[in-house]
Amino acid sequence: MIPAPFAYVRPTTIDEALQAVADGGEDVKIMAGGQSLIPVMRLRLAAPETVVDLGRVTELRGVRDDGDAIVIGAMTTHHDVLVDPLVAQHAPLIAEATETVADRQVRARGTFGGALAHADPAGDLPAVALALDAEFVVAGPGGARRTVPAADFFVDYLTTALGEGELLVEVRIPKLAGQWGMHYEKFTRVAQAWPIVAVAAVVRRENGAIAEARIGLTNMGPTPLRASAAEAALAGAAATPDGIAAAARSAAEGTSPSSDLNAQADYRQHLAQVLTRRAVTAAAGL
Amino acid sequence: MTMVEEPATTAPAREVGQSRKRKEDARLITGKTTWTDNMVLPGMLHLAVVRSPVAHAKIANVDVSAAQQAPGVIAVFTGRDFAEEQGSIPCAWPVTPDMVNPGHPSIAVEEVNHVGEAVAVIAARSKAAAMDAVELVDVDYDQLPVVLDMEAAVAEEADLCHDHVESNESFAFVFDAGEAGTGVDTEQVFADAEVVVSRRFVQQRLIPAFMEPRAVVVQPQGDNYTMWSSTQVPHILRLMLAMVTGTPEHKLRVIAPDVGGGFGGKLQVTPEEVISLLVAKRLGKPVKWAETRSESLMSAHHGRDQIQYIDIAADREGNVKGLRCRILSDMGAYLRLVSPGIPILGAFMYVGIYKFPAYRFECRGVFTNKTPTDAYRGAGRPEATFAIERIMDELAVELDMDPLELRRKNWIGAEEFPFTTAAGLEYDSGDYEGATQQALQLLGYDELREEQRRRRESNDPVQLGIGFSTFTEMCGLAPSRVLGSLSYGAGGWEHASIRMLPTGKVEVVTGSSAHGQGHETAWSQLVADELGVPFEDVEVLHGDTSISPRGLDTYGSRSLVVGGAAVVNAAAKVVAKARKVAAHLLEASEDDLEFANGSFAVRGTPGATKSIQEIALATFAAHDFPEGVEPSIDADATFDPVNFSFPHGTHVCAMEVDTETGRVEIRKYACVDDVGTIVNPLIVEGQVHGGLAQGIAQALYEEAVYDADGNLTTGTFVDYLVPSAADLPHFETGHTVHPAPGNPIGAKGIGEAGCIASTPAVVNAALDAVRHLGVSDIRMPLTPERVWRAIHQGGDGGDRATAGTNAYGGAQTETTAGVATDASALGGDR
Repeated sequence: MIPAPFAYVRPTTIDEALQAVADGGEDVKIMAGGQSLIPVMRLRLAAPETVVDLGRVTELRGVRDDGDAIVIGAMTTHHDVLVDPLVAQHAPLIAEATETVADRQVRARGTFGGALAHADPAGDLPAVALALDAEFVVAGPGGARRTVPAADFFVDYLTTALGEGELLVEVRIPKLAGQWGMHYEKFTRVAQAWPIVAVAAVVRRENGAIAEARIGLTNMGPTPLRASAAEAALAGAAATPDGIAAAARSAAEGTSPSSDLNAQADYRQHLAQVLTRRAVTAAAGL
Repeated sequence: MTMVEEPATTAPAREVGQSRKRKEDARLITGKTTWTDNMVLPGMLHLAVVRSPVAHAKIANVDVSAAQQAPGVIAVFTGRDFAEEQGSIPCAWPVTPDMVNPGHPSIAVEEVNHVGEAVAVIAARSKAAAMDAVELVDVDYDQLPVVLDMEAAVAEEADLCHDHVESNESFAFVFDAGEAGTGVDTEQVFADAEVVVSRRFVQQRLIPAFMEPRAVVVQPQGDNYTMWSSTQVPHILRLMLAMVTGTPEHKLRVIAPDVGGGFGGKLQVTPEEVISLLVAKRLGKPVKWAETRSESLMSAHHGRDQIQYIDIAADREGNVKGLRCRILSDMGAYLRLVSPGIPILGAFMYVGIYKFPAYRFECRGVFTNKTPTDAYRGAGRPEATFAIERIMDELAVELDMDPLELRRKNWIGAEEFPFTTAAGLEYDSGDYEGATQQALQLLGYDELREEQRRRRESNDPVQLGIGFSTFTEMCGLAPSRVLGSLSYGAGGWEHASIRMLPTGKVEVVTGSSAHGQGHETAWSQLVADELGVPFEDVEVLHGDTSISPRGLDTYGSRSLVVGGAAVVNAAAKVVAKARKVAAHLLEASEDDLEFANGSFAVRGTPGATKSIQEIALATFAAHDFPEGVEPSIDADATFDPVNFSFPHGTHVCAMEVDTETGRVEIRKYACVDDVGTIVNPLIVEGQVHGGLAQGIAQALYEEAVYDADGNLTTGTFVDYLVPSAADLPHFETGHTVHPAPGNPIGAKGIGEAGCIASTPAVVNAALDAVRHLGVSDIRMPLTPERVWRAIHQGGDGGDRATAGTNAYGGAQTETTAGVATDASALGGDR
């Protein structure tokens, strides 16, 4: 299908991009890889007046080591994330989840920052960012920068803390110290689909017990969520099947999933428990 | 003359039976061909269709003024503009004398009856201009009650889908073996039966989802019109367009260029084809219409959608005594080309391969405010096969018998062919035991049964089940007299002609219009063997009513069985004609000539030979021709078999069920099909794989879902789940070969077998995995949620929520075109 008419701007620097966004007024839309935006424009679910295409802003691409964190440029493609050695070393959870995003073609164009800024509750990466306590570096009008913790970034359905005229520049993933294991457990009906529910688990083991667990839930509400009750139950729990299973029973506490063709809310809550148990078990190396 | 190439001197190996790679694939796969949507004609206008966002309403007003003034727009037409000339989309299969047909305008005039129905059409200089103008057409709808549920639609005091007809029932068709003389009294059998098992099965609504969306181009030239359409049926389309629009048949030419799939979905005369012709006529300009994928899912006809009430009677020893089927079949809002005939095609297959003494079939066609249904791969036979293969498993459970033992006890023995069933069909050939034994071996049956036992004993969260489908189907939609006895509006013959070119190359014209099946390859193999010419020297022409003037096109696994047979018969006529010429040139008696490997030789006279290529050249020159013989060895043939062909096979599925999540995964799938003589094993394997994918998709993935307002919420491929190779297992395939006696090739048809056979095998396997947990049925598709609910909450898994997934902003139709009321999927104003 053909989208409604729109103006198109293709800046080459962050400053130009911010200016283009400012010039675009209220009905401006920032395009990263376009893998979510273009389909909704073609379906005419979205009809922005201006599209600012970040495809040529090279300074937004790439992964770098920043001491206590790795920093992923917002325009780094899923493919580039997947093959990056820093990601593999410090945040293999990101690579594991990214590998399940759609298909090869989408991963070649879709971007890490675009997926996060889109804030689709069924997207794989928001819950992962949440579980890794990522920090979002945002540039505003005039170039001012601010940093938003993941817990504050996802505000509502398809809505983030990004304000008018702001641009997601990069995402800082803190390096973890100690014995950490990670796993992304995704539940779909067909390959290449968005998850019905998915669980991102990051677990630190100490002396045969689970010292700390961070659990991000995908598609269990309008935003990605942390399974706080399960995290609390896991802290200090025995790293055994029974211990993990008992804690995972509280994984759906505080969630408000939607009902759709794939799953009604009660089934999603059941899945969250099963998948949390499986994700934590795998992350704990059991 | 020296134009002829050196004739092939070595005898080509026999082509039939070889896995020739398809000669059409290079251009199809690389896109080096012209699909309808690639056509560009000088001055061509682009059409966009304005579609109803509501399922049932009176059209109060259509205001097209803003659209007419939009940039690039040439004209806007509504139903009123074409009311006098658009006629009704034809229904060629009145299955009962009193069948109610409410009429089907191509553009709605007074009333819309389903979401997606055309209400206006824009003609503009560009596709973008046409699409932009769609949003400017302002239609006032006075909404009417929406009829969606078939059981409610046929209840007392139901709301009406069409208020000018008396009820929502289109027809009530009955076949009773007792009355037909092919069986005993069904009611008596049930009254006397020791065991009766009754079930209600739901055949969900499916969408054919062909790869190439539909497209039409119409070019007016004087009072002639050429239509290119992405259709399976150019010949039927030409005839029907002439009848519907009054355009004289000889002034219409229809071309189906390369067509990207159909699965029955392009066995249709569509509103858009009629609209395109009418607009081209009105404006005197070439026009093109090409649909989007979401338009296709919403408005191209759907398939299946039946509720089946099945009763089976047997004695305690497991001998089946009778079968009684009552079917509600959803027609959707209108009757299209063969909508009513689809369930009736199944009517004769419910008895499957079993020797039922008694059989009764009743089917009511029901109108609802949904997209019309019509042919979809298998067309009636998958529904029948599902019902019989599922109820046999239920009977086995009731009798505490092994499901295979029950089948074996009741199926037709290899020595009993030809066998006339209680449904009155004469099955041609086969060996059900042989196919079954081979399938069990391919599966590794005994080991998997052992593993199933272990998993049950250890209470493994992942349980294993094995399901069977020992199926047969009727193929080669042909016997014209049989189709006539079923009130079908056309015959079932097929036509072919063979033209011998002066250089010895061969043109084969077939009336069977290919859309992905590989006709060009298979027909070349047939002709290479019959005429003894190289495979590469044969060109197959099809899909253009001017080039291929007679034909009944491609559907119902008929192409090879009927169309291929016509080709073989035409080739035999070519050889017979060439024989006269050869005898003349070799100065021998016709009786002394032998034809082999493309050459006539005089018996007992070594070296005295004439190749078919030499004869073709001699015929072209006609310098030295037998007295009184016309200088042509070209030939035509029209084939009309006396019976259907009956492929059969045994499909076995091993299924893992994760009882914690409800997720099912096919562990192994084995099938042994008997499709008679195999012309090209590679093509047959491809047809089996594709058919299995679609049959498994019905069992596990696909379902067209409407919300309470009649919005199609599976409006994109995000929600209408078509599985990919990544979702399907490796298939273990095998064959037995019992040639069909009813055609010269011995082929039975393979286009639909995989799709017909696989669905019940998959569902039976899933049930076998969890039956010990108290599950006796799960509704299709077997979504993880349904399986989980059936295991943990009982029942058949229940209704799904109707809202489309919210992924990428909620892509369902409702938000683009539909209404949002409290009753709709997302509730309220969104």
